[in-house]
Amino acid sequence: MTEHAEWSEPETAAAPASAAVTPADAADAARLVAFGLQPKLGPARDQEYADLLRRYREDPPFGRLADAVATGLGLIVLEVSPRAGMAVTAAEDSVFAVRMGDYARRTSADSGDRFLHGLAHLAVAALAFPRPEDLADDGYIGRVTVNGVDAFVRQACRRLEERAEEQGENTDPATDTPGLEAAWRIWARRSATGATKDARRLAGSTTGIVAKAVAFLTDSGFLQRTGDESGGTYRTTARYQLQVRDMAGSAAMAELLELGVVPVTDGTATLLPAEDTEDLELVADAGLPFHS
Amino acid sequence: MTSPVSTDRVPPQLGAGPRPAAGPAADEGLARRLRALACTAPLHDLDARKANLAGEYSVYGMAEIALAAIDLVTLNMDFDTGADHDQIVARLIPRIAAQAPRRPVAEHERVARWVLENLINVGSVDRGFRAVYGTFDPDGTYTRRDYDFKLIEEVPGYGGSVYLRTTDEAVNVLVGALDTDVTSAQIAAEVKLEVLISRGRLADAQLAAEQARYRTVQYSESLRRALEATRRNVRAVDWLNAVPDMIAEALDHVADRYRHENAILTNIRKARDESEDPEQKRRAAELVDIVKDCIRRHTQLQSRLLEAGPLFRAEQDRQAFATPMTTSGTDLYGHLLAPVLPLPLEQAIRVTDAFFAHGTGLRTPGSVRVGDLVDLLLTPPVEREHLGAEMPEPDLVATPDDSRFSEEQLAAATELLDLPADAPRRLSGLLAEARRTGDPGLAYLVALLAVHAASPPVGTAYRQGEQKLLFAVDDGTELDDPEFGGADLIVGTALLDAAGMAADRTEAA
Repeated sequence: MTEHAEWSEPETAAAPASAAVTPADAADAARLVAFGLQPKLGPARDQEYADLLRRYREDPPFGRLADAVATGLGLIVLEVSPRAGMAVTAAEDSVFAVRMGDYARRTSADSGDRFLHGLAHLAVAALAFPRPEDLADDGYIGRVTVNGVDAFVRQACRRLEERAEEQGENTDPATDTPGLEAAWRIWARRSATGATKDARRLAGSTTGIVAKAVAFLTDSGFLQRTGDESGGTYRTTARYQLQVRDMAGSAAMAELLELGVVPVTDGTATLLPAEDTEDLELVADAGLPFHS
Repeated sequence: MTSPVSTDRVPPQLGAGPRPAAGPAADEGLARRLRALACTAPLHDLDARKANLAGEYSVYGMAEIALAAIDLVTLNMDFDTGADHDQIVARLIPRIAAQAPRRPVAEHERVARWVLENLINVGSVDRGFRAVYGTFDPDGTYTRRDYDFKLIEEVPGYGGSVYLRTTDEAVNVLVGALDTDVTSAQIAAEVKLEVLISRGRLADAQLAAEQARYRTVQYSESLRRALEATRRNVRAVDWLNAVPDMIAEALDHVADRYRHENAILTNIRKARDESEDPEQKRRAAELVDIVKDCIRRHTQLQSRLLEAGPLFRAEQDRQAFATPMTTSGTDLYGHLLAPVLPLPLEQAIRVTDAFFAHGTGLRTPGSVRVGDLVDLLLTPPVEREHLGAEMPEPDLVATPDDSRFSEEQLAAATELLDLPADAPRRLSGLLAEARRTGDPGLAYLVALLAVHAASPPVGTAYRQGEQKLLFAVDDGTELDDPEFGGADLIVGTALLDAAGMAADRTEAA
């Protein structure tokens, strides 16, 4: 019996052979991981799932077995709890990983589009968890709307544009060097929406890109749709918080540090630096008024 | 499109100086003018490209239509949304029709849509325009740069609809503006307006009032953006000083403008009522409409300002009074999004790629069995029913006809009241004639229609471009009638100048 189990699950060989692992245990552990692979399924809705979760928490050898199954499949276990279920995510290069080229076809040819899709995901997360406390607080539920995300990024872009103008900088990029264009300009330049013949959202517009991102995150069990206002409203799930906190945030941060950009904040103050308040005054935002 | 001309022109302008450029300051001014010039290019382009359209379109002045379209969108931009696409097309048609009256309406509409789509630049993925121009960097190297701009942009409205807004660039093209402070420009225009009215120069006053309205729209737009930002990021604003100050200032400003515009309104009304010249009367009446619209917009602005306070307090309660907890998480905006946006694209994309790769979770890959695949590929496609499911026969209940008058009576009364324009009649005469028909109800209907005509629906007739209108006037004569009391009205038909009204509507719009 034992020998058979070891043959089917080689990872278990590494575990101390204190308790005998039966094929039935391995099947249960694999079953738990399989539940984890259905991110929209909540433990509250499935008795078997809930039972397996309890067993994971109460029976450490079983827990280690389930972890090993997940690792062997190329998955990373983020958390196992009644609220998030068996929260697993794809390790890099795993068969479960999402590739940008599969996500949106245009992205492989156009680096601008690739950036816009990536930024849309970052912006959704930033608006869903606006303060560091929100990301750290397990009970926090964030709310985002498609139009809200677009407006919020545009606002940030406008601030940068104003700042560049104040400093007398010419932000128009040199022709034929698209890689050197400031990132915010690419979002600002793309139209927010557009009329289409069949009354669907224009896929290439920024709201179209954000809508694609939230729809994808909804399919991943990260967001739940709550309404249609403002282009679609969504609330976050525990899994999304875990994913952003433990995986995405730190990975993007590491990349940023590697680029030599060290963002400094005082740890408490947050969404926008304080000096930005002066932008709220009318004149700064007045644009190009009239002259008679 | 503007760059070849400009680069040729640079050296002669600068004379025989030893440096290639007169310095960054001079070059900056040149760049600004080149950009302003580029904004007009799409309009010229329309006239250049109309020859390529299938059909004979050279009679249309496309640049004129485009400017009219930008005017219309600017004036119809509301506080919350923008201008409606179809509405703009509908309002453009009278002007296009005036350019080529013999052409079919469908063609006029096609031209309107073509112009509007080209102003949005539907064909490009950004839905915008790009011009290339060159500048000298401080170190003397010559760089070609891309200038991206939009004239009319599409913004999301309620319920997924799409509205149009003019951009600052378009407004710039429209009124030939320079960078000035909105507030002071508005005050200046109002002073000018008052002076013009007090001197009785109404033609100029109308121009100034229209400009004041442009400015009002621009002003609301600025505040809308500011409020939107404060609503989104409570902690981003200085709630102790800056925001209350801003709201107070804006409220003072609205009150001030309101007082001002009401004073102007009283003045113009006086001018309207006292003026003998019908042309001046009409001008003053239009001016009243414009100023009323300004007041409406200010009132809207004010209600927005009043809403801001409670909203802030609610957000403040939610965020500031929660139990503080140890902060260990990443500040997604401050640590990631904000530093990424100013980076050049090739660096920023590394960060967003990393976020995407680790933030999207997992997808279970679909695995295919060859057996299934063969079956799937060989299955003929399911015939789709074009007509859909059968509709159940609706169970209709006939509602009883409880109208006071029948269709025949209405037809008879309408015929009776179809008076020639030069021969109005007394109500008593009409009643007598109605009774002669032997239908006792007809007299009631005629009396009702005559009383109704005492307040004729002028506005509706004006909007719908009616040819004539029934009216009734009381000249003090008592009605001597067994069934009805009151004034013996004079009932007549007024002929309306439909073409003139159509032209007025376009101007007023």
